[in-house]
Amino acid sequence: MATGTRAVTNELQEILLKYGKDRTQLLPILVEINNYFGHIDSNSIIEVSRYTGVPIGEIHGVITFYSFLGQKKRGKFVIRLCRTISCDIAGKEQIVRVLEKELGIRFGETTEDGMFSLEYTNCIGMCNNPPAMLINDKAYGGLTPERVVEILDSFKLSEYQDMFGYGGVK
Amino acid sequence: MSEKIPVQIDDITCEVERGTTILQACKCAGLRVPTLCHHPDLEVAGICRICVVEVEGMSGLQAACAYPIRQPIKVRTNSPRVRRARRVNLDLILSEHYGDCYTCVRNGTCELQELAREYGVDRYRYPSTTTPKFKIDRSTAIVRDQNKCISCKRCIRTCIDLQQVSALETANRGHNVLIQTAFDKPISDVVCINCGQCINRCPTGALRSNMPNELLWHAIDDPEKHVIIQTAPSPRAAIGEEFGYEPGTSVTKKLNAALRRLGFDNVFDTNFAADLTIMEEGTELLTRLKKVLVDGDSSVKVPMFTSCSPGWVKYIEHYYPEYLDHLSSCKSPQQMFGAILKTYYAKKVGIDPEKMVVVALMPCVAKKFECNRPEMSDSGHKDVDFGLTTREMAVMIKEAGIHLKDMPDEDFDHPLGLGSGAGLIFGATGGVMEAAIRSVYEIVTGRPVPFKGLDVMPVRGMEGIRDATLTIENPLPEYQWLDGVTLKVAVAHGTANARILMEKLKAGKLAYHFIEVMACPGGCLGGGGQPIPTSPEIRAARARAIYSEDHQLVLRKSHENPEINQLYAEFLGEPLGHLSHKLLHTHYTPRGRFFLEGL
Repeated sequence: MATGTRAVTNELQEILLKYGKDRTQLLPILVEINNYFGHIDSNSIIEVSRYTGVPIGEIHGVITFYSFLGQKKRGKFVIRLCRTISCDIAGKEQIVRVLEKELGIRFGETTEDGMFSLEYTNCIGMCNNPPAMLINDKAYGGLTPERVVEILDSFKLSEYQDMFGYGGVK
Repeated sequence: MSEKIPVQIDDITCEVERGTTILQACKCAGLRVPTLCHHPDLEVAGICRICVVEVEGMSGLQAACAYPIRQPIKVRTNSPRVRRARRVNLDLILSEHYGDCYTCVRNGTCELQELAREYGVDRYRYPSTTTPKFKIDRSTAIVRDQNKCISCKRCIRTCIDLQQVSALETANRGHNVLIQTAFDKPISDVVCINCGQCINRCPTGALRSNMPNELLWHAIDDPEKHVIIQTAPSPRAAIGEEFGYEPGTSVTKKLNAALRRLGFDNVFDTNFAADLTIMEEGTELLTRLKKVLVDGDSSVKVPMFTSCSPGWVKYIEHYYPEYLDHLSSCKSPQQMFGAILKTYYAKKVGIDPEKMVVVALMPCVAKKFECNRPEMSDSGHKDVDFGLTTREMAVMIKEAGIHLKDMPDEDFDHPLGLGSGAGLIFGATGGVMEAAIRSVYEIVTGRPVPFKGLDVMPVRGMEGIRDATLTIENPLPEYQWLDGVTLKVAVAHGTANARILMEKLKAGKLAYHFIEVMACPGGCLGGGGQPIPTSPEIRAARARAIYSEDHQLVLRKSHENPEINQLYAEFLGEPLGHLSHKLLHTHYTPRGRFFLEGL
C-alpha cells in the first residue's frame, strides 16, 4: 500500500495549495479533505496544521463541531436519516429497521465493503414529505419500506455496473 | 475625539463613548452586574448569560458584556424579568456542575459558589449532578477536573488567545460541548507549558495546581528531615492578598516569621540565586558576544534568550525547537538554589543532602514541572523537592492557624539569604533584563549604568514587547572589543507576545543581542500560582510593590552581593567555571507541537 499512501499525500498537497495558508480557509480545506477521503485522519490534521498554522486542537474542535466532518472512515454513500419530529411521527422507526436489515449494520456503522454508512441527522427541511433521508447530497422523501429497498438496490446496481464496466446509470 | 452617547441605566443617566459595552457603562454608573464568563484579560464571549439585562425596544434579553452601545439606550439591570432569567441560567449551570464544595480547592474563592449565594439558591430546581462523570486528569503541575467545568471557555480563551499555547480545545457542539485538552489526551501529553494562566482564570475548581501540601507536611513533621524553603519575590508581593491585604503589599519579613513557625528549618531568599543567575547568565552573554563579534564563531547563537521562566522554556521546546541553542544554558534561580543547597550548603553546615528537603515558594505552576525534570539532579539528588505556589502556601499558613498580619518582622537566614534589588525585580517583566544590564554594563565599563537611580526605565512597563539599546563607550581594557558596540535588547511577557517576537526574528525583520521572555502576562508576579483573581490593575500593583522594595535596598546590583562573592571564592571558583557548568547549567529537549506523530 506504499504507493497508495503516497498518492493520498499528493492529493492532500493539492487541496492545501488550492486554498492557501489563511486561517479562514480551514473549513473549505477540511470539507474537501472529508469529501475526497471520506474522513479526516490524524495525518491530514497534522498536515493542515503545519500548512495553515492553526493548532491541531482547534482543528479537532472544528471537526467535532460539524457532524458532516469526521475522523472515522465513512462509506462511499452516507445515508443520513432524519430523526426530527415530523419524520419521527411519520414512521421513522420502520425505516430504521429496513435500512439496518437491508445493509446488515446498525446506525453509526459502515458496511464491510465500505459502500454504505448509516447515520441520523436533524431536520433537513423535508417536513412536507416525511420520513426523509439524505444519501450523500441527494434527498429522498416519502419513504416507505419498499421504496427504501428500491433506492438501495439502484445504488448497489450502479456500483456493480461501475465495477464491471457496464457503463450504467449514474 | 470619539462621540459621546447618553445612556440611561435603571434610574442613572450617564454618557459613554461609542462602542462601550453595557457592562462597562454599568461599572461607570456604579452598578454591579454579575458576570461569569467575562474576564478583564480575555476577549468577550457572551456565553454564560448571567449578565443579561433588559434593553428597551428589544424583545430578548441582552448579554451586557457583549452589547456595544452605538445609540442612546435605556437599560434595566434589575427588573423581575432579568432576575428570573439570571436565576434560571444559574440553576441550569448548577445542574451541570458537580458541586462537591467541601472537598474543592476553590471553596470560598469559587465564582459560581459566590453567585449561588448572591442569588439565594436554596435548592436545585433541575436535576443536579451527584456523581462525577469524568476521570480527573493529573500532570506533575496541573489537575483538570471536567466534572466542575461549566463551559465558560475562559481557559480556552486564555490558552488560545492570551497565551497562544493551544493545549486546550472545545470539542463537540451544543449540549455535548466539552472543554478538554487537544484530542482529549492526558494534559501531560499535549503542548501544555504548565503556565497555569487557565487556573488563574477558571471561575470554579475545574483547573487547579497539583498540590504537594500533604507530602510537605509529612516532611516537616519528620524530625529526621531538614526542610529548607526559598521564597521568590513575587509570592511575597502577593500572598498578602490571601490574608486581607490590598494588592501591592509586600509581606516579605512577616512571611519569614510565618514560615519559621510553620516548621521550616531554614528560610532563604531566592533573590540570592537570582543574583547567581545574573553572574552566570551575564558571563554567558559576554562570552557569546565575544565569540560572535570577535571570533566570528557561527556555532554560537545570538540573540540569547533568558531561561528563568519554565513556561517559556517548554514553549520554545514545543514551538521553536530550532531555537533551543539560543536559550541560555543557565538553570532558573529556583534550580540553581537547589543545587547549591544540596552541595555547598549541605557540606558547610554538615547536613546529609539525602535528609535535606528543599522547597521553593514560587508564583508559578510550571516550577513543579521544572523541578521534576529528570536532568535537574546535578547535585546527586533531586535539586528541588517541591515547588509550592503562593496559593498553596497560603493554605498551609491558614491550616497552621498562623495570622500573617500579626507576625513580627524577621530576616532571612545567612549565608545564602542575602539578595540584591536586582534579584528582587526578577519578579516583574523586564526585571531580569534590568538586573543583567545593571551588572553587565558595570562589569564591562567599570561605571554604573547611565540611568537615574539605577532604574533602567526603557525595559520596565506592561506593554507586551519593549526594546532598548545601550551603547558601550570607554570599556575597561579587557572589554575593548565592545567599544562603540550598541547592545540591542528586547523584553516580552506572555507567550503570545513572545510568539510575535519569534516570528519577526524568524523572518529576519529584527536583530537583538539579548531577549528576556516571561511566559506569564506581567512576568512572575502574574504567575499561574498567584492569588486569584488577577487583572491588569492587580498585576500593576504587585509590580509597584516589587520596584518600591528594590528602591529601599542598599544592595541593588547582583555582582556586589558579598554572599555571592563568598560562594564563588569558597566553592564555585568563577562564573562559567567547571563546577558552575556541572551544577548551574542545563540542557533542553526538543518536543515539537504535533504530539500525534508516532501514533
